[in-house]
Amino acid sequence: MSHLDESDRGASGQHAPGRRTPAERERHRPVRGARTPMPERDPAERIGGFAEVALGYSEAEAVSEARRCLQCANPTCQNGCPVGIDIRGFIREVIDGDFAEGIAIIKARNALPAVCGRVCPQEEQCESACVLARRGEQIAIGRLERFLGDWDLARDAGSRCMPEMIAPGTGGRCAIVGSGPAGLACAGELARLGHEVTVFESLHAAGGVLVYGIPEFRLPKSIVSAEIALLERMGVTVVTNHVVGRLSTIEELIAEQGFEAVFVGSGAGLPVFMGVSGENLAGVYSANEFLTRVNLMRAYEFPRTDTPIKRGCRVVVVGGGNVAMDAARTAVRLGAEQVVLMYRRTEREMPARREEVAHALEEGVRFEMLAAPTRVIGHDGRVIGVKAIRMELGEADFSDRRSPVPVSGSEFNAECDTVIIAVGSRANPLVASAAAGIAISPRGYVVSDEDGATSLSGVWAGGDIVTGAATVILAMGAGKRAAAAMDRALRAGTGHV
Amino acid sequence: MLPIIHTRQLSDTVFEMGVLAPDIARRVQPGQFLMLRLDEGGERIPLTFSDWSAEEGWIRTIYMRVGKTTHRLSHLVPGDEIADVVGPLGVPTRLDGFGRVAVVGGGVGVAAAYPVARGMTEAGCEVHVIVGARNAGLVVLEQELRALSLASLAIVTDDGSAGEKGLVTAPLKRMAETGSIDHVFAVGPAAMMKSCTLTAEGFGMPITVSLNPIMVDGTGMCGACRVSVGGETRFGCVDGPDFDGHAVDWEEFMSRQRIYLDEEREADAEFARSCSCHT
Repeated sequence: MSHLDESDRGASGQHAPGRRTPAERERHRPVRGARTPMPERDPAERIGGFAEVALGYSEAEAVSEARRCLQCANPTCQNGCPVGIDIRGFIREVIDGDFAEGIAIIKARNALPAVCGRVCPQEEQCESACVLARRGEQIAIGRLERFLGDWDLARDAGSRCMPEMIAPGTGGRCAIVGSGPAGLACAGELARLGHEVTVFESLHAAGGVLVYGIPEFRLPKSIVSAEIALLERMGVTVVTNHVVGRLSTIEELIAEQGFEAVFVGSGAGLPVFMGVSGENLAGVYSANEFLTRVNLMRAYEFPRTDTPIKRGCRVVVVGGGNVAMDAARTAVRLGAEQVVLMYRRTEREMPARREEVAHALEEGVRFEMLAAPTRVIGHDGRVIGVKAIRMELGEADFSDRRSPVPVSGSEFNAECDTVIIAVGSRANPLVASAAAGIAISPRGYVVSDEDGATSLSGVWAGGDIVTGAATVILAMGAGKRAAAAMDRALRAGTGHV
Repeated sequence: MLPIIHTRQLSDTVFEMGVLAPDIARRVQPGQFLMLRLDEGGERIPLTFSDWSAEEGWIRTIYMRVGKTTHRLSHLVPGDEIADVVGPLGVPTRLDGFGRVAVVGGGVGVAAAYPVARGMTEAGCEVHVIVGARNAGLVVLEQELRALSLASLAIVTDDGSAGEKGLVTAPLKRMAETGSIDHVFAVGPAAMMKSCTLTAEGFGMPITVSLNPIMVDGTGMCGACRVSVGGETRFGCVDGPDFDGHAVDWEEFMSRQRIYLDEEREADAEFARSCSCHT
């Protein structure tokens, strides 16, 4: 599999610098230069379908990118990783062409590398902490992670890298509510620690936001299902079509079904609307609905599939986050003539990843910055436009971003037939019915400590249901931390030390 | 995959189906609904529970054959399987404390009205049931309703082929006029629920309506089912399906129900080309 011959590798296969051959030493001398670009599908081609945009590094590209790594004695990049991956270590293996060892190193900390390599905001995490970042030449850690994840998934199922099982079966029984990033990370970690894990998912497919929210062109569904299949091979049971809070309660999972520890990772749930008039007209979607119809229900294949979607001709997307970018780029692919992304601040303040912003612009999404809708205009129950007002940036707010202030008398109309609202989400009320008495914040989120422990004994929580809408990797980090705490509690409680 | 154990055609276009689903059957309460997906590529549609048995582990639903999914559903027979059934969803209907109540079911809405009427009688209410249908052939669950200890049962059809000719609002109005009811519960077509609401309004009488908006996930995640109630946006799936009829924005609700009419026609036409029973 390796692009390097065996003969090129040190005889011992070890990595002690003192015993390196001259060829090895040469290979490990960092190469100066710019980041290896990510091969991408051409914008004109990709807007015609849902095929993945970023194509991934070839083996040669991965190795040449890895060879730029300085292999720092104090790898600061690792402090930037919410799940603490041994980044220096896996890059060293890529340099050596030992991809199997590289993926094993990642899997020791992260069960979903092919997912995280694609959707983590590396530019704010590991890559921003790379010492080469000062020169703007930070190592493309995310792309290398993705490369190894994909390399592993391309192997036949039997030889894929299984995360190292740390402990033998302890008999601890754990229930996970929600199969999104937090739940999957928690499940993988608990399975590794030797516990019996059942994940309850309310939808018909596992993956949470990875399957209903993030589009195929950014994260192919086959990648998600392959990663979940691996968790199942590790012994995790996934139960779909089970709404905890309706079909069962957490109390019952513990008292009647014998689960000893429960993790709630049910996500941020309900979409937020803007509270302007006309928002319930036909043609106004929450980004969640728009993306769910397309991603989970494959409405882009309608009428071959059964779920319809309005294919807008002129679309206005409201918001500046990754979800807004996903919605706008999806609208482009559904054949919209014009997609306008309206955001009340400027491109600089957008919470979306730079890469997603660049992709959206390349695909023809028009940015209407410093503007916010004041009402949705309708005719005969359908959207015909948006009335908006110009904004200017005032004082910095609590999030350190300058607050948008409406400019009086600056209203304008934007004609459109579809409006997609991507301005955030709030807590789903089902959580309260799932766990009677669990402490909930005034905004409806579950209150938990650093380890995810909630006010209920035996119940942990993490991800968006605790923090409000955040990122995949932060949710995974929370799931992992909770898993460690659950493991400690199970061992203390059951005597399996 | 859940096995179908019972099917029954109730009229030209109305069908009953029973599915073995012991976990769900243990939990269902009147007023709740399920969502099903026939197979890969299928849509998720909400259907009401018309009956269930916790002991025997089955659930039943009654549906009208209106589009592609319900058409395909109507072709299934016992032994066939459904890929996905999730439920019970929605907040259960409040059953007690109403005193004397009129339960109005229109069309296949009777499927939802039946367990509500049963639950209310068990909770000690005096229950008057009004069943509305276009014609005698579309009256469903009459025998089952007659088996309950109801204070009265009125059947109304558009063409007079069964019971009284006219609309469900006629007997409802009479009950309100004679002071024989304190509360109304209505479930059925939007226009019928709106008419019942207007009738109740005339008597200053409270009315609960069970709404059936378009849904995708049914768990509060997408907001397709949003309705304006008392000027606030509420979600049919997690806040409902029951709402105060007087506070519902009916025009908006009915308009939202029609969003996909064109697409539904397109899907039907496409399906008709491939379905043997259409030829």
